[in-house]
Amino acid sequence: MNRIKQKLQEDKKIFSVYFSAGYPSLNDTVQIMQDLEKNGVDMIEIGLPFSDPLADGPTIQASSTQALHNGMTTQVLFDQLKEVRKTVSIPLVIMGYFNPMLQYGIENFCKKCQEVGVDGLIIPDLPVDVYADEYKAIFEKYGLINVFLITPQTSDERIHFIDSVSDGFIYMVSSASVTGSQSGFGSTQEDYFKRIASMNLKNPQVIGFGINNAETFNQATKFAKGAIIGSAFIQHLTENGTGKIADFAKAIR
Amino acid sequence: MRFITSPQLNNKKMSYNVNEKGYYGEFGGAYIPEMLYPNVEELRQNYLKITAEPEFQAEFDALLKDYVGRPTPLYFAERLSAMYNTKVYLKREDLCHTGAHKVNNTIGQILLAKRLGKKRIIAETGAGQHGVATATVCALMGMECIVYMGEIDIKRQAPNVARMKMLGAEVRPALSGSKTLKDATNEAIRDWINNPVDTYYIIGSVVGPHPYPDMVARFQSVISKEIKSQLLEKEGRENPDYVIACVGGGSNAAGAYYHFLDEEDVNIIAVEAAGLGVHSGESAATSALGKVGVIHGSKTLLMQTNDGQITEPYSISAGLDYPGVGPIHAHLFASKRAQFISITDVQAMDWGLKLSKLEGLIPAIESAHAFAVLDEMKFKEDDIVVINLSGRGDKDLSTYIDYFKL
Repeated sequence: MNRIKQKLQEDKKIFSVYFSAGYPSLNDTVQIMQDLEKNGVDMIEIGLPFSDPLADGPTIQASSTQALHNGMTTQVLFDQLKEVRKTVSIPLVIMGYFNPMLQYGIENFCKKCQEVGVDGLIIPDLPVDVYADEYKAIFEKYGLINVFLITPQTSDERIHFIDSVSDGFIYMVSSASVTGSQSGFGSTQEDYFKRIASMNLKNPQVIGFGINNAETFNQATKFAKGAIIGSAFIQHLTENGTGKIADFAKAIR
Repeated sequence: MRFITSPQLNNKKMSYNVNEKGYYGEFGGAYIPEMLYPNVEELRQNYLKITAEPEFQAEFDALLKDYVGRPTPLYFAERLSAMYNTKVYLKREDLCHTGAHKVNNTIGQILLAKRLGKKRIIAETGAGQHGVATATVCALMGMECIVYMGEIDIKRQAPNVARMKMLGAEVRPALSGSKTLKDATNEAIRDWINNPVDTYYIIGSVVGPHPYPDMVARFQSVISKEIKSQLLEKEGRENPDYVIACVGGGSNAAGAYYHFLDEEDVNIIAVEAAGLGVHSGESAATSALGKVGVIHGSKTLLMQTNDGQITEPYSISAGLDYPGVGPIHAHLFASKRAQFISITDVQAMDWGLKLSKLEGLIPAIESAHAFAVLDEMKFKEDDIVVINLSGRGDKDLSTYIDYFKL
């Protein structure tokens, strides 16, 4: 069974972390992932860096640019993930923009994901409609779960459509923003979290964007199956290097 | 004057136009993050309906006439024609208010934004022409205007930055990536993601997610519409033998080609910037160097590494300095409907001087690229060749001064 689905069945909230592959240094990827698992992280979104990450705020843009500068490529990431899978058993999701995948060849990319033990993909600029028409069959052939985003502006009708195409979890963007631009959740977000929770979707939801400490993590997981921390973790890596990952994880949960 | 395709054309098979899913052949579509979906979808559902309303068309036409100064002349360039022994006409978009064709589109889009109830306008700009055209219509309509511009371009294009400020716009530097046009576009998209309710994004070229390429092409199609009636008056026929335009993103070209796309007797010539030479590593010749990829929400031809990272193009003209082309042009290239020619900095700059001395017209460096086709192709004596003079050279004066040590 796909590791993501297995994890979602556990009776616990999912603590998920995102960072850019190859950041802060090219070969930090493996150790960071090992440390995250060791310190209670349930799932990792590994960012495939892109030159033009238009849904990301300054923190992830900067880490992505640095990773590319460090020499990160699609092939290097696959090599690193192969190494990671020797020791790490939590679900791994590649989060990246569509163009680098398109150049690798979508079928090749999916095949390689399966080979190295990637469980799912998050591709912000591959719309659900195009996925459903053109790529769903390929992703499924290689046992990959594709995760779609919803936002406070997404209509109920479209949320139901996204739910019908999804087979894993739905990534709930906490507010109208790029990554890393929120601080704290107010009543607007809570109302939105409640509204989605009451829709009885078949896929559980994991909330991301704006989760940066224990407080926001707890607020989000009160309504959703889990939460994803990205920019705050990258900020931590920028300030502390790879040495204090335990401190970061323990401060969240 | 109506910018919507005439009924006769609508009844014909418009194979070079966008299909109902937003594609030109394999190019186009809307590869956007979900955060942008409600805005882009709202636009997709409304743009044809709103722009077809008689009140919209009346307001659009009146502004083009009295504010922009349309129709722009179709000028028979006598000395140029004599030199090349053919009939050269220039479509004088350089005479538009703000100095280039860009304003045709910003007028259309701001009228649309108003009807959609938007309060805040954002735009991207490279050389500053689209930024100025946007700031201008925002001043005209009394709307808030924020223009994203690469930090490097802000330094290179100081006069246009000053113009935008005089017009009341806020110019925000794009500090990410290569700090030029593509990064300014990324920043504008991020702004739209962060402000999904009250904000309208005026894209300046036939790029971006569907429906932008089609919408911008329609607003610019007034160029070819006028060429047709003006040629009929001057030459007794609507169709020229050649239409030549420069292509960066490709909005002036899309407008100049629009009503000729299905007229097979019209040769369409697209001119890209070769920079220091197509294979010099310093070029913006997307059709020669690009591969199919996705940029700014559109599948198109794109300059990129083997790993799918978008590369930074180069041209002496900031307006042609874009790593992609509009999906309509990718389709015209792939289907061979248009012939693509690339012209170097040196050729374009020489033409900037040549056109000034020969016809008394100082062209924008972008437009100067189009003229160099006269040296690259052979035309017959009775051929009618229309070159779209998309902008005037005022904005490029400092580049001309440096280049020619004037």
